[in-house]
Amino acid sequence: MALLELRRLNKHFGGLHVTNSVNLALETGEIHCLIGPNGAGKSTLFRLILGEYHPGSGDIYFAGENITALKSFARIHRGLSVKFQVPGVFKGLSARQNLEIALQSRHRGVALEQEIDRLLSFLGLEAEQGQTAGNLSHGQKQWLEIGMAISLKPRLLLLDEPTAGMSPEETHLTGEMVQRLNAEGMTVLAIEHDMAFVRQVARRVTVLHLGQVFAQGSIDQIIADERVAAIYLGQAHA
Amino acid sequence: MNRLLVLFRRLEGPQTIGRGPAFWTMFALVLLVACAFPLLTDGYTVGNTVYFFVWVFIALSLCLIWGYGGSLSFGQTAFFGIAGYGYGILTLNFGAAYGFTLIALLLAVGIAALFAMLLGYFMFFGRIAGVFLGIVTLAVTLTLERFMAQTAGPEWHIGVARLNGFNGMSAMPPLTIPWSGGDIVLFADVGLYYLVLGLLVLVYLGLRVLMNSAFGNVIVAIRENPERAEMLGYDVRKYQLVTFVIGAALAALSGVLYTAWGQYITPSSMGMTAAALPLIWVAVGGRSDLTSTLIGTLLVLAVFQALTIYGSQYALVFMGALLVLTVLIAPGGLVLAVMNQLSRLATRRIQGK
Repeated sequence: MALLELRRLNKHFGGLHVTNSVNLALETGEIHCLIGPNGAGKSTLFRLILGEYHPGSGDIYFAGENITALKSFARIHRGLSVKFQVPGVFKGLSARQNLEIALQSRHRGVALEQEIDRLLSFLGLEAEQGQTAGNLSHGQKQWLEIGMAISLKPRLLLLDEPTAGMSPEETHLTGEMVQRLNAEGMTVLAIEHDMAFVRQVARRVTVLHLGQVFAQGSIDQIIADERVAAIYLGQAHA
Repeated sequence: MNRLLVLFRRLEGPQTIGRGPAFWTMFALVLLVACAFPLLTDGYTVGNTVYFFVWVFIALSLCLIWGYGGSLSFGQTAFFGIAGYGYGILTLNFGAAYGFTLIALLLAVGIAALFAMLLGYFMFFGRIAGVFLGIVTLAVTLTLERFMAQTAGPEWHIGVARLNGFNGMSAMPPLTIPWSGGDIVLFADVGLYYLVLGLLVLVYLGLRVLMNSAFGNVIVAIRENPERAEMLGYDVRKYQLVTFVIGAALAALSGVLYTAWGQYITPSSMGMTAAALPLIWVAVGGRSDLTSTLIGTLLVLAVFQALTIYGSQYALVFMGALLVLTVLIAPGGLVLAVMNQLSRLATRRIQGK
């Protein structure tokens, strides 16, 4: 059964049709990458899935339940979690406190402290736990936020450009982290521009263009598709 | 027993400055001096100190909503006024017998909290945030002031309590504690001093526990990044509303105690100046911490009163200058900056040894 299913999803901003009748089904346990040129509507699609935007028409199903009308926090309770494009950490608080806030609704007391320690070591941020999150390096902020997102033990993890601004080594490590999480049973939907990352993790790739699903398939199929190359080079209208 | 221990542990935490034996020894010493204070000074000074203490509750309420929660509210003054008038109307109608003034205190705070719940519901669930929250709350405050100011006519009364327009209400009974040997009337003197001091300690410690709890974590998280907080599964608007109502209740407590202290309340207590002053106390003190807010408020109030006595009109100009100075030199608050400097010196000395 599909874990996440978008059915004929539409979103307009004034005259701009940013999401145009999008159908997308995500199987349980897969790593799915969403690619497409700037302005294709990838981040908007994420915001629709998360309930930050409400669609003009169409439905969103999660684990068989229609969640189109649910508030964002309620969708999180159902098993969704997200890492934003711009690292969304609590800048003024310590790295440790950031994780505490993410974990405190699931754990208490000693168990909470242990869980924070476990996550800090998973992220390789033990030495930085006392630092203010705003002072961490860009990559560390990205990992801290991924840590907060996965601490909810989501069924579906949404990653919006998880490797943006990372070095090739950091990108590879992030890819391994995603694969490890997937092996533990987490389904992943990632927006990503870094093709090395996409090749490393994705089983299926969906290309969005002008708010529509333009192509779908394995990474090799997508790369071989001349039409996809054309839209990236800005020749789709030609 | 276990639960009590958890509460005690939460008196310290990342959200509040001050930890360890040194801080709590200092706290105990200050409390001891505060307890002995009425024995060392005259009745007027005691009454005046109560006046200062009364304002600390509204300052702490602003610290909670603005400093920790990140929402600038001018509405605290409105809740102050509603509760003040509420106490006046209730006690003028039903008197002070059988400890009714204490019930009136609770009722007046409850009425203001209910009002805050309504106002807050429409603001937070209507997604009003940032500067607009300030504008809406200021509008509510000034509307209430204007409304109360035009109630001079005899037709404006609730029961036997005349609202009296700009002159305000007066002659409501002070807080009275029923006692077997005869009621204890708490005039603005030693009796009221100990009651207000007790409440102050209770509220200060209570807020420390609250801010270092899971609830406090979420409040601070919403200040830092509301979107992230929501995406961790927190119903942001509900948390904001609860914080707003707790803050309103504290501001209302200020209002009731002020009214009971001076036995009067006027519309100007909800005016522009009255709404701006708490902001200055809290900003100068350091809005992101309870202790710096408390110390800053008492300091600025004392300086303000001295200036009012000797320099009359210039006191308000000085307040404005002080606010500008704070924003330029120490945006987080002057008292907070000094406290941070002191703790840095202390740790350096310990490490030096």
